Amino acid sequence: MADIADKLKEQILQARQSGRKLNIEGGGTKTFMGRAADTDADTLKMAEHTGIVEYHPVELVLTARAGTPLAEIEATLAEEGQCLHFEPPRFGDASTLGGTLACNLSGPARPWSGSVRDQVLGIRLLNGKGEHLRFGGQVMKNVAGYDTSRLQAGAMGTLGAITEISLKVMPKPAMSLTLVQDMALEDVIQYMNSRAKESKPITGAAWVDGKVYLRLAGAKSAVEATAEKWSGEVMEQGDDFWRQLQHMQHEFFAGEQPLWRFSVGSTATNPDLDGPWLIDWAGSQRWYRSEADIAQLETLAQRAGGQVSLFRGGDRTDEVMHHQPRALKEIQRRLKASFDPDGIFNPGRLYSWL
Amino acid sequence: MTTTPKISRAELAEQFRAFIDPDFVITDDETMKPYECDGMSMYCEMPMLVVLPETAEQVQRVMRICNEHHVPVVARGAGTGLSAGAMPHKEGVVLSLAKFNRILDIDPLARTARLQPGVRNLAISEEAAEFGLYYGPDPSSQIACTIGGNVAENSGGVHCLKYGLTVHNILSVEMITAEGERVTIGSDALDVCGMDLLALMTGSEGLLGIVTEVKVKLLPKPEVAQVVMAGFDSVQKAGDAVGGIISHGIIPGGLEMMDGHAIIAADDFAQAGYPREAKALLLCEVDGTEEEVHEHIAQAEALFRELGATSVKTSQSEEERALLWKGRKSAFPAVGRISPDYYCMDGTIPRRYLAHVLLEMEKMSEEFGLRVANVFHAGDGNLHPLILFDANVPGEFERTEAFGGRILNLCVEVGGCITGEHGVGVEKIRQMAVQFNDEELQQFHDVKAAFDPSGILNPGKGVPALRFCQEYRSLEHKQHEHETVEAAHG
Ligand SMILES: Cc1cc2nc3c(=O)[nH]c(=O)nc-3n(C[C@@H](O)[C@@H](O)[C@H](O)COP(=O)(O)OP(=O)(O)OC[C@H]3O[C@@H](n4cnc5c(N)ncnc54)[C@H](O)[C@@H]3O)c2cc1C
Ligand SMILES: Cc1cc2nc3c(=O)[nH]c(=O)nc-3n(C[C@H](O)[C@H](O)[C@H](O)COP(=O)(O)OP(=O)(O)OC[C@H]3O[C@@H](n4cnc5c(N)ncnc54)[C@H](O)[C@@H]3O)c2cc1C
Repeated sequence: MADIADKLKEQILQARQSGRKLNIEGGGTKTFMGRAADTDADTLKMAEHTGIVEYHPVELVLTARAGTPLAEIEATLAEEGQCLHFEPPRFGDASTLGGTLACNLSGPARPWSGSVRDQVLGIRLLNGKGEHLRFGGQVMKNVAGYDTSRLQAGAMGTLGAITEISLKVMPKPAMSLTLVQDMALEDVIQYMNSRAKESKPITGAAWVDGKVYLRLAGAKSAVEATAEKWSGEVMEQGDDFWRQLQHMQHEFFAGEQPLWRFSVGSTATNPDLDGPWLIDWAGSQRWYRSEADIAQLETLAQRAGGQVSLFRGGDRTDEVMHHQPRALKEIQRRLKASFDPDGIFNPGRLYSWL
Repeated sequence: MTTTPKISRAELAEQFRAFIDPDFVITDDETMKPYECDGMSMYCEMPMLVVLPETAEQVQRVMRICNEHHVPVVARGAGTGLSAGAMPHKEGVVLSLAKFNRILDIDPLARTARLQPGVRNLAISEEAAEFGLYYGPDPSSQIACTIGGNVAENSGGVHCLKYGLTVHNILSVEMITAEGERVTIGSDALDVCGMDLLALMTGSEGLLGIVTEVKVKLLPKPEVAQVVMAGFDSVQKAGDAVGGIISHGIIPGGLEMMDGHAIIAADDFAQAGYPREAKALLLCEVDGTEEEVHEHIAQAEALFRELGATSVKTSQSEEERALLWKGRKSAFPAVGRISPDYYCMDGTIPRRYLAHVLLEMEKMSEEFGLRVANVFHAGDGNLHPLILFDANVPGEFERTEAFGGRILNLCVEVGGCITGEHGVGVEKIRQMAVQFNDEELQQFHDVKAAFDPSGILNPGKGVPALRFCQEYRSLEHKQHEHETVEAAHG
């Protein structure tokens, strides 16, 4: 538990003065994400900036420094019967809260419980001028000023170093249960979406290896009654499946083959591509493993109403994120300059041009 | 920053009339009069011109012309805003989206709706009802307010604790930038690559772009919803009960509180059967499957009793449920009946300070000689103090504003913020200097410039010019010192 914000600020000011660049590092567990880091840059280490700053269970709000390990936060919440509803993926114990927001990573419950971005209420951020700014708040609703807190989700640290985050937290569901059954990929999109359309306590819908998994969670009576009505077998140790999915420990994710993430319309017909697929988020997030060319996949992703990114592996010197149209590129360039006028932070990490 | 426009009203109108139905390029004062203010009618201004385009291409052309000539543009939905965000600029154009009123598409399986920005909030749920779906955020103004306005304000409603605000319920927007570019932000998916521009757009009060299309998520209509109404003899107990319910693991669909003044006013208005002797009232709606609601309602009833409720009643039919909500949803007009005018505040606080804040407000009410009634989105800590005043009494509105300002300062002091859902607009622009320092405000200005380099979109709203902030802060400081001295002497 330490507050090293002053030290971080000092390092930014020095970098600015000496014209150096900085790679922001959380736990360093997601270095595989984004484009390869600039090897000539120094490292701004957030991992020592740790500690839960405030937590009042009845407020359903937790504030922690960005370097705080997710594991610590989740353990603290569990003591009060609460949790992070967005089910952040983590890799070992080093994954930090800041890295999770910067990469906008959320687990299987995301379509129902929201993403990390959805739960963010406010942040503190060191911008490229070394100014330590506070945006948003520790309350559920705050519309004063632009929402520069949620803007950080997915920015991968290109706008500044997040030093503190306030999040909405939720009570743990009273119970959960998983239904599993065989189903072909052709049928599963329709099936998942029509289940999601019912007013039932569903919090997970995934398909892999010819099986569809639905998770029910909430009040015991509601979960049990729904399980009776819906088809599928109750899975022993169902929670283990979802945990593997959340932390990407399912064997689908193993190995070196490039891992592509399609974020698309939930009902879109699955792209006609050879290779293994894993469908999550009731059809909105689809993982694909193969050597492939990003331009070709982009066309397919767009047809499915969304975008594709090269999540892990593959050629990380080229673009790994879906290309941006000219007007949005220009806005993002200008936004970057407004936060980080000298382009100190994470050069080229998100896009080659940012 | 904007410089004075170099184009006359007549010239501008002529340019617009080249591609927009001349009847919808309005320049005469009489027809422009209804546009002079939004729901915050104490702030008025006549615009140079009002234009009502009906296609995105027309909006693009309007923006290009205005950008070229540095003419301010104020977007307008239904004009129900409560922070004077849609108040015209006297040298600018009001761009009304009233003709963009079509629901373009509802996809029941994907649970989405594609809308033009002028579609009314309630119309979405009405249209989606045949598919067993509805749109989550339900501002009390939902009969009138538009989805474009909702995006611009990040509007909430009584169901946000469980279902979120506008930002949680939209997938994409199409917008026209200040420079006339047409861009789509977001997609049919739950996220896109890179920084979250959709979140940035939401709640940007018409300062970053003109929204010309919105894709929203729809939710399955809950099988059942029931409301427990609990009366309490103190606000402290009611406040504790809110915490009690939540720590118990129940997330109500809606959790609203009213104080004694609001209870009486709303009950007179709606005959909702509220406990009129209570000092505070909670309305706690639980929704979900039949089993879940049954289980949670029983728990909530028991909990309220245990936590000192003097009366507990649960709706037994849809009619009863509607009636209990009617009282709450008409609280503003109800209060309007007991006073010539009222001023609605919108501060947000951590819930644990509820009793403290209400008590301090009582004291201020005496000090300013103005009554105040409170309705409160208790679940998410969003206060709506309604200050009662009479605009015809000279000086009374100024006193009301000062009172309101002090309430907002108090919200910030306890760790809250100056606006939960109504936005800053013109009305709360001075309080921005209380919640944010100069570096933060400058960052906001820089964000704005990234979208709108010449500063033509809704200038003078949302973020104060830094030179006014110093003045305001030192004024506040002096007042504070003055009060401390008074208190010490008194
Ligand atoms: C080999 C490997 C395999 C993995 N496999 C899996 C897996 O199977 N499943 C899984 O779920 N996860 C996996 N992970 C990712 C996992 O580490 C994340 O879930 C975790 O939460 C990352 O957080 P971090 O703090 O380590 O971020 P980092 O890796 O340090 O940073 C990620 C990005 O966020 C930025 N950033 C970090 N902190 C901040 C901050 N405070 N402010 C601004 N920007 C910041 C960084 O600049 C960088 O761009 C894997 C990681 C590795 C290295
Ligand atoms: C009785 C009453 C009750 C209310 N209750 C609630 C409530 O419960 N919750 C809540 O959140 N609010 C509430 N409000 C406030 C108001 O209704 C909301 O802020 C609403 O979203 C405004 O929508 P509108 O269409 O009327 O927008 P307007 O008032 O016309 O405009 C509001 C702002 O949005 C901008 N804008 C409008 N359309 C666009 C567009 N297409 N593109 C870009 N910018 C645009 C305008 O420039 C302005 O800054 C209430 C208001 C009233 C009068």
